[in-house]
Amino acid sequence: MKNAYSSIAVAAAAFLALMGAALGQDPTFRIHFWIIFASLAVGAVLLMRNMKLAGGAPADQSAYMDEVIRYGVVATMFWGIAGFLVGVLIASQLAWPELNLPPYFNFGRLRPLHTSAVIFAFGGNALMSTSFYVVQRTCRARLFGGVLPWFVFWGYQLFIIMAATGYLLGITRGQEYAEPEWYTILWLVVVWVCYLLVFLGTLLKRKEPHIYVANWFYLSMIVTIAMLVIVNNLEVPVSLLGMKSYPVFSGVQSALIQWWYGHNAVGFFLTAGFLGMMYYFVPKQANRPVYSYRLSIVHFWALIFLYIWAGPHHLHYTALPDWAQTLGMVFSVMLWMPSWGGMINGLMTLSGAWDKLRTDPVLRMFVMSLAFYGMSTFEGPMMSVKSVNALSHYTDWTIGHVHSGALGWVGMVSFGALYHLTPKLWGRERLYSLRLVNWHFWLATLGIVVYASVMWVSGIMQGLMWREYDSNGFLVYSFAETVAAMHPYYVLRMFGGLLYLVGGLVMAYNMYRTIRGDLRDEIPMGAEAPAVKAAQ
Amino acid sequence: MEMEYSALRNLVDSWGMLAMVVFFIAASAWALRPSQRRAQEEAANIPFKED
Repeated sequence: MKNAYSSIAVAAAAFLALMGAALGQDPTFRIHFWIIFASLAVGAVLLMRNMKLAGGAPADQSAYMDEVIRYGVVATMFWGIAGFLVGVLIASQLAWPELNLPPYFNFGRLRPLHTSAVIFAFGGNALMSTSFYVVQRTCRARLFGGVLPWFVFWGYQLFIIMAATGYLLGITRGQEYAEPEWYTILWLVVVWVCYLLVFLGTLLKRKEPHIYVANWFYLSMIVTIAMLVIVNNLEVPVSLLGMKSYPVFSGVQSALIQWWYGHNAVGFFLTAGFLGMMYYFVPKQANRPVYSYRLSIVHFWALIFLYIWAGPHHLHYTALPDWAQTLGMVFSVMLWMPSWGGMINGLMTLSGAWDKLRTDPVLRMFVMSLAFYGMSTFEGPMMSVKSVNALSHYTDWTIGHVHSGALGWVGMVSFGALYHLTPKLWGRERLYSLRLVNWHFWLATLGIVVYASVMWVSGIMQGLMWREYDSNGFLVYSFAETVAAMHPYYVLRMFGGLLYLVGGLVMAYNMYRTIRGDLRDEIPMGAEAPAVKAAQ
Repeated sequence: MEMEYSALRNLVDSWGMLAMVVFFIAASAWALRPSQRRAQEEAANIPFKED
């Protein structure tokens, strides 16, 4: 009975989406549901074509469930390229405003598309697929829930499509990193709870008595994200068939909840989740256990206890009470310690094996990602100090900081994990080409360095220009003058992003050839090139 | 929804903060206790048990 019930369920969901498209209260909602209907209809047809009503051996319950992870790896790569591409596009729009194509391809609509594509689509797929891989290997148990992991994977892709197309149509809550409207979020919550069930179920049926620390980080990510998304999206829809909703909170409470959500999305999605990845894949790639297991446990508890309070540092010098601002600042500064503890733990895992960096560009990716983890977790607490924030806030410095964390830490650790996983999942001897990994490594690193340093200069310049007074107490620069001054930096920033995107394309090609089973005939990393014979 | 200084102050004054600090210290002490060394070495090697 392979796929029989699944195709019925997806077809029924497609029918409901069609009803939404027919009965929607506003035209945007109707268009949105036509898109959802089309996605689900394609899914239902594909499932029916692969349906077997009788026969077929049941899945081997002793083997790991890796097919869904293979899909996840490809989806991660796909959304990564899409997200980087939109990033380069919106960077170009800032440099050359003529590239704004209203209304669907305005900066305002593409910007959340970029952030959601890289964070939730690329990062989310990377987290889901690696967590499914790691939890099976470290628990020595097959994923729990039968077809439930497939539902989680495809359900999450549908969420991404719903969110992304919604932004382009202008459906947004207008809160940063929390743009999707109520019905998209409801769907996400359903998918996310199933993700939690799959993960917890696998932990419960584990054969290994101890739960490896990577799973602690993954689990804390899943639980906390569920809590954050639900609380930040407490809202009342205007109509059950309309796109608009109004939040329960208002004013400064709403702002505080939003940044409690926003900063913990950074803390638990982009940090704890990817630390789970780091604690499994860095030891595996270096082929030695983590430097200090006890440090990893202290790292975990310290991170959990501190991060949740740091959000108010996004609201310095606002209507938020001073005590709450100071609370956010103090906890952000304290976060420096667990962050650097974790970085040192990851880096020291290589102690005694540093020579491997010469020959293993995948390990280089991990080391660079840890270096950027350390750098951005130093920069972040510094920027949360009120007096520094007075200069840095609302400037490009913040954008530079976010990207050194996202491109450097999150991006690099995900690339490393994907390079580690691809040959294993498809049963290949090795990657198609380590030299291409090396190219990717340098393109990405150079791209980040260009991006981050350009944004430092531009951000600090911007902040200084905004607060420059003359002797009579008048502002020296108009806002438009500060924008004009940033043009060269915007062009350079686009160039940095372009390098990163090209690196991603090199990776996609390398992965494609690896999956096909090709091996590039090349001089191994670290070996001498054969001497060219002199002509006789 | 009420979210005032007094609510958090109350949490701090009514042993809430102490409870969290004690939990954190206990969890860290548990991880750092010398008798855990062997178990932790084994735990650190879990990723190498398979493939």
